[in-house]
Amino acid sequence: MTQTTAGETRFQTTIDADDKVEPRDWMPEGYRHTLIRQIAQHAHSEVIGMQPESNWITRAPSLKRKAILIAKIQDEAGHGLYLYSAAETLGVSREDLVDQLHTGRQKYSSIFNYPTLTWADMGTIGWLVDGAAIVNQIMLQQTSYGPYSRAMVRNCKEESFHQRQGYEIMLTLSRGSAEQRALAQDALDRWWWPSLMMFGPPDSESTHTEQSMEWKIKRMTNDDLRQKFVDMTIPQAEYLGLTVPDPDLVWNVEREHYDFGDIDWDEFWTVIKGHGPMNRERIQHKVGAWEDGEWVREAAIAHSEKAAARAADTIDARGAA
Amino acid sequence: MSYSVPEVPGQDIAADDAPRSSSTGWPLWEVFVRQRRGLSHVHAGSLHAADVETALQNARDVYTRREEGVSIWVVPSGEIHATDPYDADAMFEPFADKPYRHPTFYEIPDEVGYM
Ligand SMILES: [Fe+2]
Ligand SMILES: [Fe+2]
Repeated sequence: MTQTTAGETRFQTTIDADDKVEPRDWMPEGYRHTLIRQIAQHAHSEVIGMQPESNWITRAPSLKRKAILIAKIQDEAGHGLYLYSAAETLGVSREDLVDQLHTGRQKYSSIFNYPTLTWADMGTIGWLVDGAAIVNQIMLQQTSYGPYSRAMVRNCKEESFHQRQGYEIMLTLSRGSAEQRALAQDALDRWWWPSLMMFGPPDSESTHTEQSMEWKIKRMTNDDLRQKFVDMTIPQAEYLGLTVPDPDLVWNVEREHYDFGDIDWDEFWTVIKGHGPMNRERIQHKVGAWEDGEWVREAAIAHSEKAAARAADTIDARGAA
Repeated sequence: MSYSVPEVPGQDIAADDAPRSSSTGWPLWEVFVRQRRGLSHVHAGSLHAADVETALQNARDVYTRREEGVSIWVVPSGEIHATDPYDADAMFEPFADKPYRHPTFYEIPDEVGYM
Protein backbone atom coordinates (compact mmCIF):
# COMPACT_ATOMS: atom_id res chain seq x y z
CA MET A 1 0.00 0.00 0.00
CA THR A 2 1.32 3.44 -0.82
CA GLN A 3 1.09 6.15 1.79
CA THR A 4 -1.57 8.03 -0.17
CA THR A 5 -3.82 5.02 -0.23
CA ALA A 6 -3.34 4.47 3.49
CA GLY A 7 -4.14 8.15 4.02
CA GLU A 8 -7.24 7.93 1.85
CA THR A 9 -8.49 4.92 3.75
CA ARG A 10 -7.83 6.58 7.07
CA PHE A 11 -9.58 9.78 5.91
CA GLN A 12 -12.68 7.90 4.76
CA THR A 13 -12.77 5.86 7.97
CA THR A 14 -12.62 9.07 10.00
CA ILE A 15 -15.46 10.64 7.98
CA ASP A 16 -17.61 7.49 8.13
CA ALA A 17 -17.17 7.23 11.90
CA ASP A 18 -18.25 10.89 12.37
CA ASP A 19 -14.79 11.51 13.79
CA LYS A 20 -12.92 14.78 13.25
CA VAL A 21 -10.17 15.30 10.70
CA GLU A 22 -7.23 17.13 12.28
CA PRO A 23 -4.67 19.43 10.62
CA ARG A 24 -1.81 16.96 10.18
CA ASP A 25 -3.98 14.16 8.81
CA TRP A 26 -3.88 13.33 5.14
CA MET A 27 -6.89 14.84 3.37
CA PRO A 28 -8.00 15.08 -0.28
CA GLU A 29 -6.85 18.29 -1.96
CA GLY A 30 -10.47 19.14 -2.77
CA TYR A 31 -11.41 18.82 0.89
CA ARG A 32 -8.57 21.09 1.95
CA HIS A 33 -9.34 23.57 -0.79
CA THR A 34 -13.08 23.69 -0.03
CA LEU A 35 -12.38 24.22 3.66
CA ILE A 36 -9.81 26.98 3.15
CA ARG A 37 -12.25 28.88 0.98
CA GLN A 38 -15.29 28.33 3.18
CA ILE A 39 -13.52 29.14 6.46
CA ALA A 40 -11.74 32.17 4.98
CA GLN A 41 -14.98 33.56 3.55
CA HIS A 42 -16.69 32.93 6.87
CA ALA A 43 -13.86 34.87 8.58
CA HIS A 44 -14.13 37.71 6.05
CA SER A 45 -17.88 37.88 6.74
CA GLU A 46 -17.32 38.27 10.49
CA VAL A 47 -14.82 41.06 9.87
CA ILE A 48 -16.77 42.96 7.19
CA GLY A 49 -19.90 42.43 9.29
CA MET A 50 -18.49 44.86 11.86
CA GLN A 51 -18.93 47.79 9.45
CA PRO A 52 -22.73 48.04 9.17
CA GLU A 53 -23.02 47.96 12.96
CA SER A 54 -20.11 50.25 13.80
CA ASN A 55 -21.98 52.80 11.67
CA TRP A 56 -24.30 53.23 14.68
CA ILE A 57 -21.91 53.22 17.65
CA THR A 58 -21.78 57.01 17.94
CA ARG A 59 -25.54 57.31 17.47
CA ALA A 60 -26.74 54.59 19.85
CA PRO A 61 -29.76 55.91 21.80
CA SER A 62 -28.22 55.37 25.24
CA LEU A 63 -24.90 54.64 26.91
CA LYS A 64 -26.13 51.13 27.74
CA ARG A 65 -26.99 50.38 24.10
CA LYS A 66 -23.69 51.85 23.00
CA ALA A 67 -21.69 49.64 25.37
CA ILE A 68 -23.66 46.57 24.23
CA LEU A 69 -23.11 47.37 20.56
CA ILE A 70 -19.37 47.83 21.07
CA ALA A 71 -19.17 44.50 22.94
CA LYS A 72 -21.06 42.73 20.15
CA ILE A 73 -18.83 44.20 17.46
CA GLN A 74 -15.74 43.19 19.43
CA ASP A 75 -17.12 39.64 19.54
CA GLU A 76 -17.42 39.68 15.74
CA ALA A 77 -13.74 40.65 15.47
CA GLY A 78 -13.00 37.67 17.74
CA HIS A 79 -15.09 35.38 15.52
CA GLY A 80 -13.03 36.50 12.54
CA LEU A 81 -9.83 35.67 14.43
CA TYR A 82 -10.99 32.19 15.51
CA LEU A 83 -11.83 31.45 11.90
CA TYR A 84 -8.62 32.82 10.37
CA SER A 85 -6.72 30.66 12.89
CA ALA A 86 -8.72 27.62 11.80
CA ALA A 87 -8.00 28.36 8.12
CA GLU A 88 -4.28 28.74 8.86
CA THR A 89 -4.12 25.17 10.18
CA LEU A 90 -4.73 24.15 6.55
CA GLY A 91 -1.44 25.71 5.42
CA VAL A 92 -2.39 29.20 4.24
CA SER A 93 -1.09 32.47 5.60
CA ARG A 94 -3.21 35.16 7.22
CA GLU A 95 -1.75 37.82 4.91
CA ASP A 96 -2.70 35.83 1.86
CA LEU A 97 -6.30 35.41 3.00
CA VAL A 98 -6.62 39.12 3.79
CA ASP A 99 -5.11 39.92 0.40
CA GLN A 100 -7.66 37.67 -1.33
CA LEU A 101 -10.47 39.59 0.38
CA HIS A 102 -8.97 42.96 -0.52
CA THR A 103 -8.55 42.01 -4.17
CA GLY A 104 -12.03 40.49 -4.44
CA ARG A 105 -10.78 36.96 -5.09
CA GLN A 106 -12.56 35.74 -1.96
CA LYS A 107 -15.93 37.06 -0.90
CA TYR A 108 -18.03 37.56 2.20
CA SER A 109 -21.70 37.16 2.98
CA SER A 110 -23.99 39.20 0.72
CA ILE A 111 -25.94 40.45 3.76
CA PHE A 112 -23.24 42.98 4.68
CA ASN A 113 -23.62 44.83 1.40
CA TYR A 114 -26.84 46.45 2.57
CA PRO A 115 -26.81 49.84 4.36
CA THR A 116 -27.87 50.33 7.99
CA LEU A 117 -30.25 53.28 7.71
CA THR A 118 -31.85 53.53 11.16
CA TRP A 119 -31.29 52.40 14.75
CA ALA A 120 -33.92 49.71 14.19
CA ASP A 121 -31.45 48.06 11.82
CA MET A 122 -29.27 47.25 14.86
CA GLY A 123 -32.21 45.37 16.31
CA THR A 124 -33.04 43.59 13.09
CA ILE A 125 -29.43 42.58 12.41
CA GLY A 126 -29.04 41.05 15.87
CA TRP A 127 -32.36 39.29 15.65
CA LEU A 128 -32.34 38.11 12.02
CA VAL A 129 -28.74 38.16 10.78
CA ASP A 130 -27.22 36.73 13.95
CA GLY A 131 -30.27 34.47 14.19
CA ALA A 132 -29.57 33.07 10.73
CA ALA A 133 -25.91 32.79 11.69
CA ILE A 134 -26.82 30.69 14.71
CA VAL A 135 -28.81 28.23 12.60
CA ASN A 136 -25.88 27.85 10.22
CA GLN A 137 -23.19 27.70 12.88
CA ILE A 138 -24.99 25.17 15.08
CA MET A 139 -24.92 22.91 12.03
CA LEU A 140 -21.22 23.70 11.50
CA GLN A 141 -20.32 22.64 15.05
CA GLN A 142 -20.78 19.15 13.59
CA THR A 143 -18.45 19.79 10.65
CA SER A 144 -15.84 17.10 10.03
CA TYR A 145 -12.79 19.40 10.30
CA GLY A 146 -11.71 19.67 13.94
CA PRO A 147 -10.40 23.26 14.07
CA TYR A 148 -13.47 24.60 12.19
CA SER A 149 -15.78 22.70 14.51
CA ARG A 150 -14.01 24.08 17.61
CA ALA A 151 -14.16 27.63 16.24
CA MET A 152 -17.93 27.18 15.75
CA VAL A 153 -18.43 25.96 19.31
CA ARG A 154 -16.73 29.11 20.54
CA ASN A 155 -18.74 31.32 18.14
CA CYS A 156 -22.07 29.82 19.11
CA LYS A 157 -21.46 30.48 22.79
CA GLU A 158 -21.29 34.19 21.97
CA GLU A 159 -24.03 34.46 19.35
CA SER A 160 -26.90 34.00 21.74
CA PHE A 161 -26.15 37.36 23.37
CA HIS A 162 -26.06 38.95 19.91
CA GLN A 163 -29.47 37.69 18.95
CA ARG A 164 -31.09 38.45 22.29
CA GLN A 165 -29.82 42.03 22.42
CA GLY A 166 -31.16 42.55 18.89
CA TYR A 167 -34.55 41.11 19.71
CA GLU A 168 -34.71 43.24 22.84
CA ILE A 169 -34.16 46.37 20.72
CA MET A 170 -37.04 45.22 18.48
CA LEU A 171 -39.23 44.60 21.53
CA THR A 172 -38.54 48.06 22.88
CA LEU A 173 -39.31 49.69 19.54
CA SER A 174 -42.46 47.65 18.91
CA ARG A 175 -43.82 48.57 22.34
CA GLY A 176 -42.95 52.24 21.79
CA SER A 177 -44.54 55.11 19.90
CA ALA A 178 -46.19 54.76 16.48
CA GLU A 179 -43.04 56.21 14.98
CA GLN A 180 -40.85 53.62 16.74
CA ARG A 181 -43.12 50.78 15.59
CA ALA A 182 -42.87 52.10 12.05
CA LEU A 183 -39.06 52.07 12.31
CA ALA A 184 -39.12 48.45 13.46
CA GLN A 185 -41.47 47.41 10.63
CA ASP A 186 -39.41 49.27 8.03
CA ALA A 187 -36.23 47.53 9.18
CA LEU A 188 -37.91 44.12 9.04
CA ASP A 189 -39.20 44.93 5.54
CA ARG A 190 -35.70 45.69 4.32
CA TRP A 191 -33.78 42.88 6.07
CA TRP A 192 -36.17 39.93 5.76
CA TRP A 193 -35.36 38.78 2.25
CA PRO A 194 -31.60 39.43 2.42
CA SER A 195 -31.59 37.37 5.65
CA LEU A 196 -33.18 34.42 3.85
CA MET A 197 -30.56 34.77 1.10
CA MET A 198 -27.80 34.30 3.72
CA PHE A 199 -28.29 30.53 3.48
CA GLY A 200 -27.15 30.61 -0.13
CA PRO A 201 -28.75 29.53 -3.41
CA PRO A 202 -31.47 26.85 -3.49
CA ASP A 203 -30.31 23.23 -3.34
CA SER A 204 -31.29 22.75 -6.99
CA GLU A 205 -28.65 25.32 -8.01
CA SER A 206 -26.07 24.70 -5.32
CA THR A 207 -23.30 22.89 -7.14
CA HIS A 208 -20.94 22.19 -4.25
CA THR A 209 -23.47 21.10 -1.65
CA GLU A 210 -23.43 17.40 -2.54
CA GLN A 211 -19.66 17.00 -2.18
CA SER A 212 -19.61 19.12 1.00
CA MET A 213 -22.30 16.91 2.50
CA GLU A 214 -20.37 13.75 1.55
CA TRP A 215 -17.28 15.09 3.26
CA LYS A 216 -19.49 16.19 6.16
CA ILE A 217 -18.19 19.74 5.93
CA LYS A 218 -21.85 20.75 5.76
CA ARG A 219 -24.42 18.65 7.61
CA MET A 220 -27.61 20.25 6.27
CA THR A 221 -28.51 21.75 2.89
CA ASN A 222 -29.15 25.45 2.26
CA ASP A 223 -32.90 24.95 1.84
CA ASP A 224 -33.23 22.89 5.02
CA LEU A 225 -31.35 25.50 7.04
CA ARG A 226 -33.49 28.27 5.52
CA GLN A 227 -36.69 26.43 6.41
CA LYS A 228 -35.49 25.93 9.97
CA PHE A 229 -34.77 29.65 10.26
CA VAL A 230 -38.18 30.67 8.90
CA ASP A 231 -39.99 28.26 11.22
CA MET A 232 -38.13 29.62 14.23
CA THR A 233 -38.49 33.29 13.32
CA ILE A 234 -42.13 33.73 12.34
CA PRO A 235 -43.50 33.26 15.89
CA GLN A 236 -40.90 35.77 17.12
CA ALA A 237 -42.10 38.32 14.53
CA GLU A 238 -45.72 37.67 15.55
CA TYR A 239 -44.86 38.31 19.18
CA LEU A 240 -43.42 41.68 18.16
CA GLY A 241 -46.63 42.44 16.27
CA LEU A 242 -44.64 42.96 13.09
CA THR A 243 -45.53 41.71 9.62
CA VAL A 244 -43.05 39.67 7.61
CA PRO A 245 -43.08 41.15 4.08
CA ASP A 246 -44.21 37.97 2.32
CA PRO A 247 -47.84 37.62 1.17
CA ASP A 248 -47.26 33.92 0.40
CA LEU A 249 -46.18 33.04 3.91
CA VAL A 250 -48.51 30.40 5.37
CA TRP A 251 -48.33 27.52 7.84
CA ASN A 252 -48.51 24.25 5.96
CA VAL A 253 -50.36 21.77 8.18
CA GLU A 254 -49.24 18.72 6.22
CA ARG A 255 -45.56 19.62 6.08
CA GLU A 256 -45.64 21.17 9.55
CA HIS A 257 -43.49 23.97 8.19
CA TYR A 258 -44.11 27.47 6.89
CA ASP A 259 -44.42 27.83 3.14
CA PHE A 260 -42.86 31.06 1.95
CA GLY A 261 -42.65 33.08 -1.26
CA ASP A 262 -40.00 33.04 -3.98
CA ILE A 263 -36.68 34.64 -3.20
CA ASP A 264 -35.34 37.17 -5.72
CA TRP A 265 -32.23 35.27 -6.74
CA ASP A 266 -31.36 37.88 -9.36
CA GLU A 267 -30.86 40.37 -6.56
CA PHE A 268 -28.76 37.83 -4.68
CA TRP A 269 -26.41 37.20 -7.60
CA THR A 270 -26.15 40.91 -8.34
CA VAL A 271 -24.96 41.55 -4.79
CA ILE A 272 -22.59 38.55 -4.74
CA LYS A 273 -21.01 39.69 -7.99
CA GLY A 274 -20.19 43.03 -6.39
CA HIS A 275 -23.07 45.29 -7.41
CA GLY A 276 -24.96 45.56 -4.14
CA PRO A 277 -25.61 48.93 -2.51
CA MET A 278 -22.50 48.86 -0.29
CA ASN A 279 -19.98 46.41 -1.86
CA ARG A 280 -17.54 49.06 -3.01
CA GLU A 281 -17.66 51.04 0.21
CA ARG A 282 -17.16 47.98 2.43
CA ILE A 283 -13.97 46.89 0.66
CA GLN A 284 -12.66 50.43 0.34
CA HIS A 285 -13.07 50.91 4.08
CA LYS A 286 -11.42 47.57 4.84
CA VAL A 287 -8.43 48.22 2.57
CA GLY A 288 -8.12 51.74 3.98
CA ALA A 289 -8.00 50.41 7.55
CA TRP A 290 -5.37 47.84 6.53
CA GLU A 291 -3.21 50.49 4.86
CA ASP A 292 -3.59 52.92 7.76
CA GLY A 293 -2.39 50.18 10.11
CA GLU A 294 0.73 49.41 8.08
CA TRP A 295 3.02 51.62 10.18
CA VAL A 296 1.73 50.04 13.39
CA ARG A 297 2.50 46.53 12.14
CA GLU A 298 5.96 47.61 11.01
CA ALA A 299 6.70 49.43 14.26
CA ALA A 300 5.67 46.41 16.32
CA ILE A 301 8.00 44.13 14.34
CA ALA A 302 10.87 46.65 14.61
CA HIS A 303 10.29 46.91 18.36
CA SER A 304 10.28 43.13 18.84
CA GLU A 305 13.48 42.72 16.77
CA LYS A 306 15.21 45.43 18.77
CA ALA A 307 14.14 43.89 22.07
CA ALA A 308 15.36 40.46 20.91
CA ALA A 309 18.72 41.90 19.83
CA ARG A 310 19.10 43.69 23.17
CA ALA A 311 18.36 40.47 25.05
CA ALA A 312 20.91 38.60 22.93
CA ASP A 313 23.55 41.28 23.66
CA THR A 314 22.96 40.94 27.38
CA ILE A 315 23.46 37.17 27.19
CA ASP A 316 26.65 37.61 25.12
CA ALA A 317 28.02 40.11 27.62
CA ARG A 318 27.32 37.74 30.49
CA GLY A 319 28.92 34.85 28.59
CA ALA A 320 32.05 36.93 27.92
CA ALA A 321 32.46 37.99 31.55
CA MET B 1 -22.70 36.00 12.17
CA SER B 2 -22.55 33.58 9.35
CA TYR B 3 -22.60 32.64 5.98
CA SER B 4 -22.93 30.58 3.03
CA VAL B 5 -20.99 32.34 0.31
CA PRO B 6 -21.65 30.62 -3.00
CA GLU B 7 -19.35 30.56 -5.99
CA VAL B 8 -20.30 32.74 -8.92
CA PRO B 9 -20.98 30.36 -11.81
CA GLY B 10 -18.25 30.42 -14.42
CA GLN B 11 -15.65 31.93 -12.13
CA ASP B 12 -12.34 30.06 -12.05
CA ILE B 13 -11.77 29.63 -8.33
CA ALA B 14 -8.66 27.49 -8.53
CA ALA B 15 -6.75 30.21 -10.39
CA ASP B 16 -8.08 32.83 -8.02
CA ASP B 17 -6.90 31.07 -4.91
CA ALA B 18 -3.23 30.91 -5.84
CA PRO B 19 -1.21 32.74 -3.16
CA ARG B 20 0.08 36.09 -4.37
CA SER B 21 1.51 37.63 -1.26
CA SER B 22 4.27 36.00 0.74
CA SER B 23 3.94 35.83 4.48
CA THR B 24 5.80 38.71 6.12
CA GLY B 25 3.47 39.33 9.04
CA TRP B 26 3.65 38.80 12.78
CA PRO B 27 4.62 35.34 14.06
CA LEU B 28 2.00 32.79 15.10
CA TRP B 29 1.49 31.84 18.78
CA GLU B 30 -0.49 29.02 20.35
CA VAL B 31 -2.63 30.09 23.30
CA PHE B 32 -3.31 27.97 26.42
CA VAL B 33 -5.81 29.12 29.03
CA ARG B 34 -6.26 27.98 32.62
CA GLN B 35 -9.97 28.23 33.26
CA ARG B 36 -9.61 28.45 37.02
CA ARG B 37 -7.10 27.64 39.72
CA GLY B 38 -6.61 23.91 40.16
CA LEU B 39 -7.11 23.10 36.46
CA SER B 40 -4.47 22.65 33.76
CA HIS B 41 -3.92 25.12 30.96
CA VAL B 42 -5.83 23.93 27.88
CA HIS B 43 -5.20 24.86 24.26
CA ALA B 44 -7.64 27.61 23.25
CA GLY B 45 -6.44 28.56 19.76
CA SER B 46 -3.79 30.65 18.10
CA LEU B 47 -3.09 34.24 17.14
CA HIS B 48 -0.53 36.52 15.53
CA ALA B 49 1.51 39.03 17.51
CA ALA B 50 4.85 40.79 17.14
CA ASP B 51 6.21 39.80 20.55
CA VAL B 52 5.35 37.94 23.72
CA GLU B 53 3.83 40.95 25.53
CA THR B 54 1.37 41.74 22.75
CA ALA B 55 0.72 38.02 22.26
CA LEU B 56 -0.42 37.80 25.89
CA GLN B 57 -2.53 40.95 25.61
CA ASN B 58 -4.15 39.80 22.37
CA ALA B 59 -4.78 36.38 23.89
CA ARG B 60 -6.62 38.03 26.76
CA ASP B 61 -8.77 40.04 24.32
CA VAL B 62 -9.48 37.15 21.95
CA TYR B 63 -9.88 34.18 24.30
CA THR B 64 -10.97 35.49 27.71
CA ARG B 65 -13.63 38.15 27.15
CA ARG B 66 -16.10 36.31 29.40
CA GLU B 67 -14.08 35.14 32.37
CA GLU B 68 -12.87 32.04 30.53
CA GLY B 69 -9.52 32.14 32.28
CA VAL B 70 -7.32 33.20 35.16
CA SER B 71 -3.97 32.49 33.50
CA ILE B 72 -2.65 32.39 29.92
CA TRP B 73 0.38 30.78 28.29
CA VAL B 74 1.53 31.72 24.81
CA VAL B 75 4.03 29.54 22.94
CA PRO B 76 5.56 30.20 19.50
CA SER B 77 3.74 27.76 17.21
CA GLY B 78 7.02 26.51 15.74
CA GLU B 79 8.13 25.38 19.20
CA ILE B 80 5.33 22.83 19.50
CA HIS B 81 6.46 19.30 18.68
CA ALA B 82 3.89 16.59 18.08
CA THR B 83 3.58 12.89 17.43
CA ASP B 84 3.00 11.89 13.83
CA PRO B 85 -0.66 10.98 13.16
CA TYR B 86 0.59 8.19 10.87
CA ASP B 87 2.42 6.60 13.77
CA ALA B 88 -0.56 6.83 16.09
CA ASP B 89 -1.44 3.12 15.83
CA ALA B 90 2.05 1.91 16.64
CA MET B 91 2.64 4.67 19.16
CA PHE B 92 -0.47 4.08 21.23
CA GLU B 93 -1.10 0.40 20.46
CA PRO B 94 0.75 -1.03 23.52
CA PHE B 95 -1.99 0.30 25.77
CA ALA B 96 -4.68 -1.76 24.04
CA ASP B 97 -3.06 -5.16 24.66
CA LYS B 98 -2.32 -4.59 28.34
CA PRO B 99 -5.78 -4.79 29.86
CA TYR B 100 -4.22 -5.76 33.20
CA ARG B 101 -3.31 -2.10 33.61
CA HIS B 102 -6.98 -1.39 34.21
CA PRO B 103 -8.77 -2.02 37.53
CA THR B 104 -11.69 -3.79 35.80
CA PHE B 105 -9.27 -6.60 34.77
CA TYR B 106 -9.42 -8.04 38.28
CA GLU B 107 -12.37 -9.90 39.74
CA ILE B 108 -12.98 -9.12 43.38
CA PRO B 109 -15.96 -10.82 45.09
CA ASP B 110 -18.86 -8.50 45.93
CA GLU B 111 -18.59 -9.49 49.59
CA VAL B 112 -15.28 -7.67 49.81
CA GLY B 113 -17.10 -4.41 49.21
CA TYR B 114 -15.99 -1.37 47.27
CA MET B 115 -12.35 -1.39 46.25
FE1 LIG C 1 -22.81 37.65 15.96
FE1 LIG D 1 -20.18 36.32 14.54
